Amino acid sequence: MASTHPEKISTTLADANLQLAIYAGTGRLIDHRKNAIAGDLLPDYQDLRTHANLLKKHTIDNLDYYLEQVESNVAARGGKVVFCNDGTEVADFILDLAKQRGAKLIVKSKSMTTEELDLNERLEHHHLEAVETDLGEYIIQLAGVKPYHIVAPALHMTRYDVAEIFTEKLGIEREVVPEKQTMIARAVLRQKFLAADIGITGANFVVADSGAVVVVENEGNARLTSSAPRIHIAVAGIEKLIPRAQDLSVFLKLLGRSATGQALTSYTSFLSGPRREGEVDGPEEFYLILIDNGRTKLLADPERRQSLYCIRCGACLNHCPVYRKIGGHSYPWVYSGPIGAIITPQFHGVAKDPWLPFASSLCGACAEVCPVKIDIPKLLLDLRADVTADKKEHGGGAMERFMFRVFAWVMRHPRVYSLGGRIASAFGPKGGEWIRTAPWFLNIAPVRGWLSQRDLPPPAAKSFRQLWRER
Amino acid sequence: MPNRASLFVTCIVDQLFPQVGISMATVLEHIGWKVDFNPAQTCCGQPAFNSGYREEARTVALHFLEVFRDAEYIVVPSGSCTSMITHHFAELFAGEPGKLAEVHKMEERVWEFSRFLLEVAKVEDVGARYGCIATYHDSCHALRELKIKSGPRRLLSNVAGLELREMEIAEECCGFGGTFSVKFAEVSGGMARTKIQSIQKTGADIVVSIDSSCLMQLQGALHRAKLPIRTMHLAELLASR
Repeated sequence: MASTHPEKISTTLADANLQLAIYAGTGRLIDHRKNAIAGDLLPDYQDLRTHANLLKKHTIDNLDYYLEQVESNVAARGGKVVFCNDGTEVADFILDLAKQRGAKLIVKSKSMTTEELDLNERLEHHHLEAVETDLGEYIIQLAGVKPYHIVAPALHMTRYDVAEIFTEKLGIEREVVPEKQTMIARAVLRQKFLAADIGITGANFVVADSGAVVVVENEGNARLTSSAPRIHIAVAGIEKLIPRAQDLSVFLKLLGRSATGQALTSYTSFLSGPRREGEVDGPEEFYLILIDNGRTKLLADPERRQSLYCIRCGACLNHCPVYRKIGGHSYPWVYSGPIGAIITPQFHGVAKDPWLPFASSLCGACAEVCPVKIDIPKLLLDLRADVTADKKEHGGGAMERFMFRVFAWVMRHPRVYSLGGRIASAFGPKGGEWIRTAPWFLNIAPVRGWLSQRDLPPPAAKSFRQLWRER
Repeated sequence: MPNRASLFVTCIVDQLFPQVGISMATVLEHIGWKVDFNPAQTCCGQPAFNSGYREEARTVALHFLEVFRDAEYIVVPSGSCTSMITHHFAELFAGEPGKLAEVHKMEERVWEFSRFLLEVAKVEDVGARYGCIATYHDSCHALRELKIKSGPRRLLSNVAGLELREMEIAEECCGFGGTFSVKFAEVSGGMARTKIQSIQKTGADIVVSIDSSCLMQLQGALHRAKLPIRTMHLAELLASR
């Protein structure tokens, strides 16, 4: 149990190049989004957000109905829906299938859901090679790290970092030109596509009324992954369902714009089942794995289930001033930024990383840009209350709890409050100078924390209430 | 009979920046309002609420409701504290219909200072004069919860001698965030420094906000960086003659 926040925060802040990479990378995405939703281009942007929120609310509130619907519609098109509780079940299913079909090689397109399940690691453990084919995801797979960002997995890496990884892992000469690096990856990955037996994709949306999986991307690798190999497996969380194909007219307008500032991504694939009679291409088998992995826990609370509305656009990460400082790897799970800070504690329990809901200034920038209007700051506040309640139950955080009891008591007793102010003022430095180092009687953690970064104002010689009396 | 405004002088203003409270009173009196201050007032309870101590926050909120029960207009020199009352008190009394009704009545009577000037007193020009180049920092709760954006700028544009210059990231958080500023001091400090870079680029010599907590964060970081830029609460500027 990590009661304090990770060391990674400090090392990220101390790394000037990394700071620049994060700030520039997220800054570009901020600018692109801003241009894409500008009033003259998308006058109904706010209406779309409201509509998307209502659609998600309706779907999540009626999830059982839509899950059954999608199951029968996928079957009607010759595919099969597989419900899995967790990563182990998903890996077991894929390993079994691979064994039965004699599959040796898997290609994958970018999927946060499979990252959440540690699928690559699990398959690798059983000597089944799974190769990521999204360029950013391929880079981080070679580097042996988890995605830094929901949409841009290698956001934190410069082309020089990529050159180093390619040289080390692919045994090629140093190449720092991004276009050439792309061609190198492409040459490797083309061979993988041709040789792969199974292609695994994620799903941006699962359409209940048609049983189709919708995948958006810019590189064409997801389309190849889903069509070149004999078997296509799509892995999605149960919250990715939307009721009808026509609802995509709302979600597709919002997703690309919120994520990368694109009106539409270069490729939007509608994948519905295996190749049918008379069709010349497409996979021979199609499976849709729908996973719980903690999601149903959130359904119990009508307020908190809005956390499941997320369409993984990453806008809240880009706009979060905290994410932009601490980066993606400071968060305890693959989902980073504000959305990670609300779903991680709900999936894993608040006791696991109790610091996480507090790692926010509650500025609200996340909620402002969320395309499905998740009230992230409110959920953070609720989770903070959960953390303090959990600590109380388990006997932790006694000092802080005591401090806030004193705080509440003092604030109910104006005379005590006023006296406290006068005492602080009597001890405080004279002459109105701001404090640079902690005086002995203030040498406590919060004051040290404050002074580690900035000067502290001295208590006023006379409080407002004193000045008012003397007026 | 002049109209009466009751000041809610937030704890930060009361203890650290009393001049902000005095300035607010001066401005209100200048435009013809009678100003009350009930010394039984203390705090809005936000520190406890934001730290997850709902029961403790509720205790403080109850005190606030008691103190201001009879006030008609409550004017607050802070967007954040205003928002605590108008947007979060209700959460503290969920399931208590009687108290909730009291809270909802209170919500309508609590006004952030700049909004009060523009929407209640209906004054855009308070006759202030202050020669400086100023840049305005949008405090998060004022901007995103209270939707205050153009109002303070309009008031500033009527200060004689003041040139207002927008910074690039006016809407980005200063990094204060209450206990966040000490629990995640390095992150908070980093956010302040990012903001300061943007402030510096404007060439402004004054940073203005309607929240003293943001200004404490920014002034503290400006001092630490030994920069000659000063911070002023909107009330202080509007009280300048």
